[in-house]
Amino acid sequence: MSRQGNRGTEGKKMLWYLPFISPSASMHLMNSELFTLTYGALVTQLCKDYENDEEVNKQLDKMGYNMGVRLIEDFLARSSVGRCHDFRETADVIAKVAFKMYLGITPSVTNWSPAGDEFSLILESNPLVDFVELPDNHNGLIYSNLLCGVLRGALEMVQMAVDVKFAQDTLRGDNVTEIRMKFIKRIEENIPVGDE
Amino acid sequence: MADESLFEFLHMEIVAYVYKHQSGDNNDQERGNALSTLEGLGFRVGQGLIERFTKDTPTFKDDLDAVKFLCKDLWINLFRKQIDNLRTNHQGTYVLQDNKFSLLSQFSNSKQYIEEAPKYLVYTCGMVRGALSNLGIDSVVTAEVSVMPACKFQVVIQRA
Repeated sequence: MSRQGNRGTEGKKMLWYLPFISPSASMHLMNSELFTLTYGALVTQLCKDYENDEEVNKQLDKMGYNMGVRLIEDFLARSSVGRCHDFRETADVIAKVAFKMYLGITPSVTNWSPAGDEFSLILESNPLVDFVELPDNHNGLIYSNLLCGVLRGALEMVQMAVDVKFAQDTLRGDNVTEIRMKFIKRIEENIPVGDE
Repeated sequence: MADESLFEFLHMEIVAYVYKHQSGDNNDQERGNALSTLEGLGFRVGQGLIERFTKDTPTFKDDLDAVKFLCKDLWINLFRKQIDNLRTNHQGTYVLQDNKFSLLSQFSNSKQYIEEAPKYLVYTCGMVRGALSNLGIDSVVTAEVSVMPACKFQVVIQRA
């Protein structure tokens, strides 16, 4: 049994690195069909309850927000990312760690605005829309709007106010799904936020 | 591949939404509506899921085989574990016992909050009923909780 010297990494905390999602993390992975089908049933129920698509979009965003404020804790507990220093790091963590951990996909981060406060996440495939087709009378429905709420809620809990919107959606005929995220401001006070 | 916690959070939000939307007066009738909405959601999802999971499996010899499939393969796919205990009276009633039901495990380890537990079980009851219905078995599924996170699902097969 050889003892290997562990140099320097014990006392020093690595503030910025991307944790490798190991195969043993698959004990957390489940069949995404349950999630996809449940989400579909939810959207159907919402469309039945509310007359217009705008209301449904708003409800999805609200529900996503409530999920996001809880998901961020689960995320931070299970990944070991430290505090992000700027918005670019945040974007990378969201795309490479968070999406991979929760949905098993890795969107790409592109289209940075010149000021560095806006970027796009391009999803080649969106697990939420696996068996879905939008009927003709629901043109205004943003089916995956839950994702926007989740991102918004999660980032608000780490003191970042962001605006999240869908720029392209495969359900509406575009080639890829594009989520546009814009940094609004840093939230300074740590007041507890109630659920909406 | 999605993460388990995603489904748990989504399920929590769905229950909260259905209750907020349905119950105006918070009397028994409204609560009944909310429960049946949730059960209906689960029913449709269960039907879809069982179709996907049994694409390549041969047909079941009898009801007991179908319920056993539910306890083993379906439960593993949904909750990453099997049903811990299956009891039957061989006359159409089955009791499926799960000692650590994942949707309840974050709730409590005892009798605290036990009145809230049924809300979180009814969606799964719907899934079980939907799964059985697409296997050609009509049933009524109820759930009971005595000590969390263990719960029992009771399936009563309806003979036409």
